[in-house]
Amino acid sequence: MTRLAVPKTYKLYIGGKFPRSESGRVYEIVSAKGAFLANAAQASRKDARDAVVAARAAVSGWSGQTSYNRGQVLYRIAELLEGRRAQFIAEIVDAEGVTTAVATTQVDTAIDRWVWYAGWADKYAQVAGNGNPVAGPYFNISVPEPTGVVAIIAPQDSSLLGLVSAVAPALVAGNTVVVVASEKLPLSAISLSEVLATSDVPGGVVNILTGSPAEIAPWLASHADVNALDLVGAGDLEWIDLQISAADTLKRVLQPENGPDAAAPSLGRITAFTETKTVWHTKGLI
Amino acid sequence: MTFLDYAPAPESRAVLNLRSDYGLFIDGEWRAGNGTPFQTISPATEEHIATIATASETDVDAAVAAARRAHTKVWSRMSGSDRGKYLFRIARLVQERARELAVAESLDNGKPIKESRDVDVPLVAAWFFYYAGWADKLDHAGLGANPASLGVAAQVIPWNFPLLMLAWKIAPALAAGNTVVLKPAETTPLTALLFAEIVQQADLPPGVVNIITGAGDTGAALVAHPDVDKVAFTGSTAVGRAIAKQVAGTPKKLTLELGGKAANIVFDDAPIDQAVEGIVNGIFFNQGHVCCAGSRLLVQESIHDEVVDRLKDRLSTLRLGDPLDKNTDIGAINSREQLERIRELSDIGVQEGAERWQADCAIPENGFWYAPTIFTNVSTSHRIARDEIFGPVLSVLTFRTPAEAIAKANNTPYGLSAGIWSDKGSRILAVADKLRAGVVWANTFNRFDPASPFGGYKESGYGREGGRHGLAAYLAPQGTRKAVAPPAGRPTDSGSLENATRPKRQGSPAAIKGAAK
Repeated sequence: MTRLAVPKTYKLYIGGKFPRSESGRVYEIVSAKGAFLANAAQASRKDARDAVVAARAAVSGWSGQTSYNRGQVLYRIAELLEGRRAQFIAEIVDAEGVTTAVATTQVDTAIDRWVWYAGWADKYAQVAGNGNPVAGPYFNISVPEPTGVVAIIAPQDSSLLGLVSAVAPALVAGNTVVVVASEKLPLSAISLSEVLATSDVPGGVVNILTGSPAEIAPWLASHADVNALDLVGAGDLEWIDLQISAADTLKRVLQPENGPDAAAPSLGRITAFTETKTVWHTKGLI
Repeated sequence: MTFLDYAPAPESRAVLNLRSDYGLFIDGEWRAGNGTPFQTISPATEEHIATIATASETDVDAAVAAARRAHTKVWSRMSGSDRGKYLFRIARLVQERARELAVAESLDNGKPIKESRDVDVPLVAAWFFYYAGWADKLDHAGLGANPASLGVAAQVIPWNFPLLMLAWKIAPALAAGNTVVLKPAETTPLTALLFAEIVQQADLPPGVVNIITGAGDTGAALVAHPDVDKVAFTGSTAVGRAIAKQVAGTPKKLTLELGGKAANIVFDDAPIDQAVEGIVNGIFFNQGHVCCAGSRLLVQESIHDEVVDRLKDRLSTLRLGDPLDKNTDIGAINSREQLERIRELSDIGVQEGAERWQADCAIPENGFWYAPTIFTNVSTSHRIARDEIFGPVLSVLTFRTPAEAIAKANNTPYGLSAGIWSDKGSRILAVADKLRAGVVWANTFNRFDPASPFGGYKESGYGREGGRHGLAAYLAPQGTRKAVAPPAGRPTDSGSLENATRPKRQGSPAAIKGAAK
């Protein structure tokens, strides 16, 4: 006798909790073959604002951790993801209609990306900062610091790898994130939030919204408590309007990227969401 | 005459050899502008200095085209060591003509000669000397081997440090292999035009540096020009916003250095004598026309009265007057418009309940002047504690604990600079960590150096000027700026960022007007 499966309810991930959309809305997610997979929460403007509040509250704790600690937490995500490879591979095969081999490559690449970025946490400041030989009796040093709350429109043609490629670098420096997942392929993003929730990532550091990026993105782009906007997956939206809206509060903005190399791993993705602080101190006479 | 009075000691203007009219400097030569010329005046006397050309859109086109040609055919192909030698030449020429430049700057801007002579102009030379050495070492700029120049840089600068801001913009751009079109502020075009003569003396190839003059419309046309690859702007946050909107959706790289409302935090264990000098330097340097000015004094409650009393004593000794006098501490406000803004905000401070104290100094009859002013009883919600006044006006607030000081210091949409005064090193480092500001001065204030990155957090803008970071702002990693279907009639040595989606449409033109600062 075959066992009746127990399907998962996919919800949002805000402030370390899994709420439904306050709007009560869901939308149907179907497989590549058109079969029903799940009802995903369709996040509203209010959900986006709640996510920004959670992200803001998490900034001081996450950025205040030592770099070594942040590196370990990011590495821990890779460890837990490794243990759930099979689940993610199956989910991607269903959702994207790709072969197991292709799905495996996507999951393995995503895991390795967490590992790569984890290693940067206690090094990027050495590469991006420096001591400055000023012409006077002053100690002078420049160090990169996190920008704050980063809103991300994840790549839309990828279940897991695109999201990870955009979220991981923003976390390295100590930023917190509100990310809008792929509209058509949101299920792996929510499954990833289960990994994040059990990986020592403090609640609110990553907040994941599912639904319509076209509906949610304008509210994030104009939100005065968002410091930076990564439009990597916004190529099909009216993204120029988003960038114009972001200029009202002088947000740091990354423009859309296309194709399989979107959000390719780079130091530049880490430093894009950092601010260089230069501290001068007088040297006394001795 | 008391012992504090000094006989007049004006710097001679004989060193100046000004023309009565100045045109535009495009493609290595002077040409008339197609717009309506304007006058530049001395803000200390309101006397006419020279007639200055206004660049029309046609002139902007010509300047950008000259810069494009120079980039494609000459400057981007020249060896780094030769570019560096040109910049070293410029540094030396600035040093040779230092006195003339200082006098011209004080005449046109109104700042005291001791500042233009001892701060502005020496830093200009230092800036060119520093970046000259980078020109053949770009592989070490942090972007990997063979980084590429961006192309044509459109640079719009403010009136508070006219020649110094020119140096901050032009030196790194040229070292990195870009060519530039620079527009100085409407009220202070003089030293940029003298700089054009230096460019000629250095025999720089035509079109590498183009200087165009005019008001906000000229700047807007320059920034909006489709054949510009990089925009660098220093000025007000309002204009910065308009530029960010203008540039949205294009592959133009953007650096913005905007306003500030810096907190200068004085703890009760601070060396008070030095702190008082630092507070005075922080807000009264250059008449407070400094984006990183320490305009909010946060003083620990227990020493508030002592610090304010000493400040008033010290301000009473400052000499306000002729910018060309070597004894002058406080010069003229740069323009009538700026003076009106300072008066307006200062009056609002009184209306909102703060207590105003002004140094008792004689104000000259002509020109634009504002006496050094201190507000006490200021609360964080007052306009004088929130808005950038950009004048010699200090708002004094108090705090009890370091946590309160940090919270108040960060309670602003700006984030350009901050000061900390304390004898306790561990406290300085802990507080410096928590301040959301791009430059933190500890037991000093308003120090600048070409090796030291400068720029803001939050609404004070983005990007850095100075140091390796300032160089990187004019470079792209190898291969990331490839030619992708350029607009018609445009040479193909630059284009979209790799992987970047083509814009669906151009960003809607925004009005980029108003006085830069």
